[in-house]
Amino acid sequence: MPSLKDLRNRIASVKATQKITKAMQMVAAAKLRRAQEAAEAARPYAERMGAVLANLAVAFEGRDDAPKLMSGTGNDQVHLLVVATAERGLCGGFNSNIAKLARVKARSLIADGKTVKIICVGKKGFDALKRELGQHVIKTIDLRSVKNVGFSDADEIGRELLSMFDNGEFDVCTLFYSTFKSVMTQDPTAQQLIPASFEASEGDDSNGAHSVYEYEPDETEILADLLPRNISVQVFRALLENAASEQGARMSAMDSATRNAGEMIDKLTINYNRQRQAQITTELIEIISGAEAL
Amino acid sequence: MAELFQFELVSPERQLLSEQVAEVVVPSTEGEFGVLKDHSPFMATIKPGILKVLNEGGRWDEYFVRGGFADVASGGLTVLAEQAVLVKDISSEELDQQIKDAEEDVSDAKDDETKQRAEMTLSQLRDVAEALKAA
Repeated sequence: MPSLKDLRNRIASVKATQKITKAMQMVAAAKLRRAQEAAEAARPYAERMGAVLANLAVAFEGRDDAPKLMSGTGNDQVHLLVVATAERGLCGGFNSNIAKLARVKARSLIADGKTVKIICVGKKGFDALKRELGQHVIKTIDLRSVKNVGFSDADEIGRELLSMFDNGEFDVCTLFYSTFKSVMTQDPTAQQLIPASFEASEGDDSNGAHSVYEYEPDETEILADLLPRNISVQVFRALLENAASEQGARMSAMDSATRNAGEMIDKLTINYNRQRQAQITTELIEIISGAEAL
Repeated sequence: MAELFQFELVSPERQLLSEQVAEVVVPSTEGEFGVLKDHSPFMATIKPGILKVLNEGGRWDEYFVRGGFADVASGGLTVLAEQAVLVKDISSEELDQQIKDAEEDVSDAKDDETKQRAEMTLSQLRDVAEALKAA
């Protein structure tokens, strides 16, 4: 049975923890708003880019001179997994969910006899993967010094991927990140970057317009210009989605931590009061029985 | 007053402009082109340069744009640029930095094609810098 003093200390420490988690929750909420705004502001660009590329891709379907970024290298022996996670922990299952998705994919690829290379963006992903897949990790990219992810950060990663692709270091590149659905739900997502896959363009009017489109320079060159750009844009979008998801996950994790701490404090306080009463009763009994004995 | 059409200027970070305008002059890789209402569908890559917008009030706004493409569709004109800043907001240091980066790209280029490309970007950036300094 813990003594009264122990209980008092315990309550004080849980209260301190609660204050921290509460503060973290509020910080995450404030950051979340900003991250969400950034993610939403970036959406039009990525969407337009996707639509235009999808349009162009139709023209190249089945053609031999399609750029390699779109058609692939022709085999799929070497897979590159880009795992984008957070730099910090304490955000619920956010990091481990992404890492888990990547790990499952890596395992199945290895089981199929493929070569797997991993690039970790963010320290936590590396921490989660290094035990099992450490020897496959060829690079970790640290974004800790970056406060708000800018396009230039994504562009750097994109360029790196491109130069690796040009050097024939991999055939297929998949990007792992977490899509921001809402504060409560973040979906770990695997997206194939190279060769690029496009959803069929939506709506008839874009298709109808395609036939009369004029290109300057011609389609091949535009596509050659856009595809590398698209890689950076997709990486950028993933990083922004990740940032929003991370804050969302942290907010809900810290919210439940605060609630747990509150419950714990209540229980401990009841325990404490009970013991205090028991002690008073014991003391009273001692006094009364002492007085009666006289 | 010319008829208005929808113009959108989008950078990866945000949508800078989405409004009805009278005319836009876009610096494309093959030369500048102007867009008025009901331009035929057209797509072009853009070079680093100054994009001019004639808005409803008859005022020209100038933006520095770099890397991206312009898409003229029936709905209007969309310019997706890797970087887009109002000319009066851009600092010459920033431009100098970009020129420096481009110079590095030229010296780092491994094959002729990338070198050619980098040199082109560099000369385009220098043109812009000169144009801005003259203004």
